[in-house]
Amino acid sequence: MPQSSRADSAAGVPSRRRGSPWTGLGAVVAKETADHLASARMLILEGLVFLTAIAAAYEAIRTIRATIGESPFLFLRLLTLSQDPLPSFIALLGFLIPLVAIALAFDAVNGEFNRRTMSRILAQPIYRDALLLGKFLAGLLSLTIGLVSLWLLVLGLGLLLLGVPPSTEETVRMLGFLVATIAYGGVWLALALLFSVIFRAPATAALAALGVWLVFALFWSVITPLLANLIAGPPETMFGPRLAYLETQQIIDRLSPNTLYAETALALLHPATRALGPVLISQLQGALLGTPLPAMQSFILIWPQLTGLIATVIVIFVIAYIVFQRQEIRA
Amino acid sequence: MAGEVVIRAEQLTKRYGEHLAVDHIDLEVHAGEIVGILGPNGSGKTTTILMLLGLTEPSSGRAVVAGFDPLREPLEVKRRIGYLPDQVGFYEGLSARDNLAYTGRLAGLTRREIDMRFEDAMQRVGLATVERQRVDTFSQGMKQRLGLAEILMKRPSVAVLDEPTTALDPHSTQEFLTMIRGLKADGTAVLLSSHHLDQVQSVCDRVALFNHGRVALNGTVTELAGRVLGGGHVIDVEAGGGDIAGRLSSIPGVVRVQALGGDRFRVDCERDMRGDIARRLAAEVELVGIHFAAPSLNEVYNRYFEEARDAAE
Repeated sequence: MPQSSRADSAAGVPSRRRGSPWTGLGAVVAKETADHLASARMLILEGLVFLTAIAAAYEAIRTIRATIGESPFLFLRLLTLSQDPLPSFIALLGFLIPLVAIALAFDAVNGEFNRRTMSRILAQPIYRDALLLGKFLAGLLSLTIGLVSLWLLVLGLGLLLLGVPPSTEETVRMLGFLVATIAYGGVWLALALLFSVIFRAPATAALAALGVWLVFALFWSVITPLLANLIAGPPETMFGPRLAYLETQQIIDRLSPNTLYAETALALLHPATRALGPVLISQLQGALLGTPLPAMQSFILIWPQLTGLIATVIVIFVIAYIVFQRQEIRA
Repeated sequence: MAGEVVIRAEQLTKRYGEHLAVDHIDLEVHAGEIVGILGPNGSGKTTTILMLLGLTEPSSGRAVVAGFDPLREPLEVKRRIGYLPDQVGFYEGLSARDNLAYTGRLAGLTRREIDMRFEDAMQRVGLATVERQRVDTFSQGMKQRLGLAEILMKRPSVAVLDEPTTALDPHSTQEFLTMIRGLKADGTAVLLSSHHLDQVQSVCDRVALFNHGRVALNGTVTELAGRVLGGGHVIDVEAGGGDIAGRLSSIPGVVRVQALGGDRFRVDCERDMRGDIARRLAAEVELVGIHFAAPSLNEVYNRYFEEARDAAE
């Protein structure tokens, strides 16, 4: 403890900084959200997401109308059915949401330095805490506004073209899926924010975030078996697949937010999904295969994945926070 | 002094690893006073400003700004301090009004206060006609004025201006200096960091000269001239004839003679020696003129660093 601090404490001056760390948070969120929603970058990306997602949903609806009696969960099929050449609605979201999230945050902090606005803003009565959290929350709010709009559009399209309303079960599952999608977007948003704190050049931050996204989206499925093999040994023995290998592979696989999100979507939007890992024959005794689980059971199934996504968001944000707090503000 | 002390730094120190950026400085600024802080790049000026603003933590020592400790009560300090960084930046896609409304909200002003103060501030800096224009249409000079308008909106006790005239043309510079004097008239203490010594001299009541992280000199320009140039009395002499410099140097009480070109000489003296010089020169050579020269901050600065360099060698 510096000598002056001891003297201050003795003199009755508070030893910790005073004032709420969230002073000014509302102003930052309002300004940043307005910027996001009005920016050409966001309008283009949201237009892309809306067009492709609506097209995917429309194609799915055409197929569902031809096979209307096959499933009681018409609206869930609307989200999961793929029709060549378009992938399913959820596959498109899984692909595009990281791009939108990265676009929202890759220049959040370094942009302030490059515009030379950082010291001017932090010279106002506001802590860095509020600035960083405000930027993150504004990104998340913009993402949520876009996703809720999309969710309502798809629901409306389904109502219009299928002629039946979604059941309560379907609505609850779709809402759960919406929350998981926001958490998934939050991971990429936090990652882009972290890179915007680390790298002073926005292009470098964007490339780094896209690089991580590419690793998880394209190469993780290649890397996972190799790592599992290294850690747990060969995948099979002469008696069949090895459980230790499968479990290790699954653990490594679940380090990817894409896997966590895909498993969440699978369990919520395919109600017949009863497990998200290896299932032993003994565990299947008495199970009514193909029978849908109640929504609550599906939520219990995806709870670790959902909390994993939210925990990842928090961990990445905390790292960004620590790095930002240690930076020198000179611009 | 003019008023209460609004900035007090006591043994303020900032260390980056082994490098001592600011070395136990003591500084006081009073309400309604303009204090210039000078020094070469890397001498600790900006680091001192950042510590006073609460943007960087001192390694030791303490500061009190407008009655609050920037380290522990930064929000209170920032409510009472206006800061204009060098090459100030704004959100280019927003209008001048939207930019200042944002910082006004961050400063805790109500919508009504922002509207009222904005109009007034924009009038004072001469930007009232462009308040709804996007900032990306502004020149750097207009941005500097907008930065000053932001300070005026805040109505602070202390304004810290870091190289505010760097990007300005001579006419805009004069207007800007007038605005800085306006801050003083409002009772605001101004801390002005600049490399433009003539500008500092024209507006500042006092000057603190930084070197290697220390406040090497602190006082009015006349006081500094006394300490650095010797005696503090500078007399300009215009005379024709033989060996004027030699004759001047031989007069007891003359500290230094500098040829300014042509028949002009600058003489540093221990006291007012106009009579002695006139008597000596009038008898021997053609004396054209003799008068007091205002001590130049430029000379003080150059001489100080020449001597500092010589001492280091």
